[in-house]
Amino acid sequence: MAPVLDAKIPAGRLQDKWDNYKNSIKLVNPANKRKHTILVVGTGLAGGSAAATLAELGYNVKAFTILDSARRAHSIAAQGGINAAKNYPNDGDTIWRLFYDTIKGGDYRSREANVYRLAQVSNNIIDQCVAQGVPFAREYGGLLANRSFGGAQVERTFYARGQTGQQLLLGAYAAMSRQVAKGKIQMHTRSEMLDLVVIDGRARGIITRNLVTGEIERHLGDAVLLCTGGYGNVYYLSTNAKNCNVTAAWRAYRRGAYFGNPCFTQIHPTCIPVSGEYQSKLTLMSESLRNDGRVWVPKQPGDSRRPTEIPEEERDYFLERRYPSFGNLVPRDVASRNSKYVCDEGRGVGETQLAVYLDFADSIQRLGRNVIEERYGNLFEMYERITGENPYQVPMRIYPAVHYTMGGLWVDYELQSTIPGLFVLGEANFSDHGGNRLGASALMQGLADGYFVIPYSLGHYIAGSRIEAASTAHDAFEAAESEARGRIQKLLTIKGNRTVTEFHRDLGRIMWDNVGMSRTADGLRIAVDEIAALRDQFWQDVFVPGEPTTYNKNLEFAGRVADFLELGELMARDALIREESCGGHFREEFQSEDGEALRNDKDFTFVSAWQHNPDDIRKPTMHKEPLAFENVELTTRSYK
Amino acid sequence: MAHSMRINLKIWRQAGPDAPGRFETYAVEEANPHMSFLELLDVLNEQLIKEGKEPVEFDHDCREGICGSCGLVVNGVAHGPQKRTAVCQLHMRHYGDGDTIVVEPWRATAFPLIRDLVVDRSAFDRIMAAGGYVSVSTGNAPDANAVLISKVDAELAMDYASCIGCGASVAACPNASASLFTAAKVAQFAHLPQGHPERRRRVRSMVETMEAEGFGDCSNHAECEAVCPKGISISAIATMRREYMKAVLSGSD
Ligand SMILES: Cc1cc2nc3c(=O)[nH]c(=O)nc-3n(C[C@H](O)[C@H](O)[C@H](O)COP(=O)(O)OP(=O)(O)OC[C@H]3O[C@@H](n4cnc5c(N)ncnc54)[C@H](O)[C@@H]3O)c2cc1C
Ligand code: FES
Repeated sequence: MAPVLDAKIPAGRLQDKWDNYKNSIKLVNPANKRKHTILVVGTGLAGGSAAATLAELGYNVKAFTILDSARRAHSIAAQGGINAAKNYPNDGDTIWRLFYDTIKGGDYRSREANVYRLAQVSNNIIDQCVAQGVPFAREYGGLLANRSFGGAQVERTFYARGQTGQQLLLGAYAAMSRQVAKGKIQMHTRSEMLDLVVIDGRARGIITRNLVTGEIERHLGDAVLLCTGGYGNVYYLSTNAKNCNVTAAWRAYRRGAYFGNPCFTQIHPTCIPVSGEYQSKLTLMSESLRNDGRVWVPKQPGDSRRPTEIPEEERDYFLERRYPSFGNLVPRDVASRNSKYVCDEGRGVGETQLAVYLDFADSIQRLGRNVIEERYGNLFEMYERITGENPYQVPMRIYPAVHYTMGGLWVDYELQSTIPGLFVLGEANFSDHGGNRLGASALMQGLADGYFVIPYSLGHYIAGSRIEAASTAHDAFEAAESEARGRIQKLLTIKGNRTVTEFHRDLGRIMWDNVGMSRTADGLRIAVDEIAALRDQFWQDVFVPGEPTTYNKNLEFAGRVADFLELGELMARDALIREESCGGHFREEFQSEDGEALRNDKDFTFVSAWQHNPDDIRKPTMHKEPLAFENVELTTRSYK
Repeated sequence: MAHSMRINLKIWRQAGPDAPGRFETYAVEEANPHMSFLELLDVLNEQLIKEGKEPVEFDHDCREGICGSCGLVVNGVAHGPQKRTAVCQLHMRHYGDGDTIVVEPWRATAFPLIRDLVVDRSAFDRIMAAGGYVSVSTGNAPDANAVLISKVDAELAMDYASCIGCGASVAACPNASASLFTAAKVAQFAHLPQGHPERRRRVRSMVETMEAEGFGDCSNHAECEAVCPKGISISAIATMRREYMKAVLSGSD
């Protein structure tokens, strides 16, 4: 194995690795911590928890967010909950089980050691958040409540109504605010990282743009933490917030950080369908709806009758039919793919025919309207607000949408990328979810990385490395700044005929059609070329209005779309080399006779880690990190 | 397909904090009842760009009513006509063909204007930094179930904690007071045992920062509650007053 892809997994039994690691690392003397500046890019759950914790330890932290407050990071939108192996309900949960479910859910494409550590620290997260005053749901006796989520057989999910992400983020934001008041965190809001600065092989700084004044700034640090979230918006439409982007991660890739498993994308089955060309984003409806809703389409293609006029025997409850034992509760990827197939057959419903019904009529009859209202009242209200239809009377229409990206910058056990001193946390890294992420585990990972992992591994790096004195006058800063300025200038001077949004939509269409729920070698080859062609067009024909020195949303988006146009091609390439179906990645050539995913463990039990080629962006090099499974046996997922 | 409609817009345009502002009138011919209000602005902006004009700037991110980024005064009402709805969740089916809609930014001294409909709400962050937290460093926490909290208190705390920090309450208040925002945090902690030892210092410091930032006093108009997209009750403000009086009377930290 190439030395650069050493995952640095500690020795010892799986259960002891994290302790062994903590026992063996170098520590930074408390008085020395304040001599070090750490740049934390992103203030979501990962960045917020990291920034607060490092500042508490004594480091000087500079935190950055593109939004107008740290509290608005996309993590705020998470609804369902956060997992932990507390076993409060006494239903047999253990750290091992949480580990096992997560590894299996990821379809055996993640690292055992990382996932085990995640399960180990999950309990500390809940303790920490409660101590911060996060108002989790409780039972009448005053103890914390739990629910089951995402098909798990135990109740291990903690939640705060449908606003779990909001409450966890506000907890981290509060912890950051305390450090801001103490002067330990310097907060840079409305500030976008445009490039990474590498000096003598180490990540030493970033270039940012002040999104209000357009000023380009240089920031020097002893280490850089990227906590910039996922890249689902490469598909244009997704459940991600509008400002989610890949720019920070992509710039790091272009400076030498490897990109891990870029093609692994999660497509969530229960979202509100697209209603027209003007659609700007998609809204997730909680997975929990599938507990009581039945998914169906008409048996007859093109059946345009109202749903209530279609008799029972002319309906196809396709999930129940194909998966009798799991029925409507099959995992996200299986539900999504099957919804796509029935729509491809012309049996989709609604104006656009890109939707399936999620019908509560049976449950309402069986349990009564008030029970359904109690369980899902707020979701029904949200649905009605958006669609203008009352789901108590007509079935909901749902369709899959891009939701989460398991891929991200490659990191080792210490969350360090292939550039020393560049650490990557949260959704921005590739580390813990393999080919598919289980519900309620992204919040857990973001907070695990920030509160409980990075304080150790960063300290080890700082204590164990010779970080030379440097200044923002260094040539590397000079060069990175002038490149960033050059790009902005170029974007503004093309003055072509098409808007940034038009290009973004076109990219989204190519991605969704070819690098979406169901992929083929032919489609992926088409995507690789079409994206490259679109990228050329973009750089010749985009029109970006306005000035570089003011608040200019179109300019911000132009830079992000330019990076998505490079990332999209890499995703298609990655999907092309992965000749198997696994997790969210389904290759039509690799399926069983009855249409189920066929994983290829013999040839593809590895992480693909892509290295940028500075001479030709279209010829990246792929490195492999083989995955060793020493503690779990690789089994095939079956939901029949 | 849903029929399209013509929507006339009168939008506040202002190039920067010190530039003069004015209303401009626009029309979107192909508005659709299913589109959201922000999507209407997207369509308008695409149209403006094509005409070689500068698009209208506005803040937005989640577009599902939780991040608190968006904030527009629509026909004189913060976040528009629908109760308990952020403007990003407002859909055009509430309007008819030919309607004229007036769109303005939040207006308050403590929220300086940045451009068009974008304002600077960083004063909110400073109020939070003044005390909107429990002083517990990572690693210091006891087991999560070590302290019992009654379901009623947890639910009440959650009601207040659901504030999205959008600033509508300030925009709607005749005094541009940030009382509902500040009180929501104070009231959340008042219902929880966590952070109890620092509650007096917290309320004093947050209230004083709120005043220093240039927000006005609360004189019980209750306009804030009426526009709050999360329906946060002004009972929070009564709680804050009580907490504040107790803190001041006790004289100590
Ligand atoms: C609708 C929805 C519901 C979800 N529900 C759940 C759930 O119930 N349970 C669960 O576990 N997971 C859920 N997820 C997933 C989970 O919310 C995310 O994966 C997670 O919150 C990501 O956290 P993060 O800290 O990595 O990134 P984010 O929260 O996305 O934060 C990214 C930060 O980086 C900043 N940033 C980005 N680019 C730059 C740049 N170039 N320069 C400077 N700053 C930058 C942003 O401003 C932001 O502060 C959900 C996701 C969605 C979309
Ligand atoms: S855009 Fe997030 S609340 Fe409106």
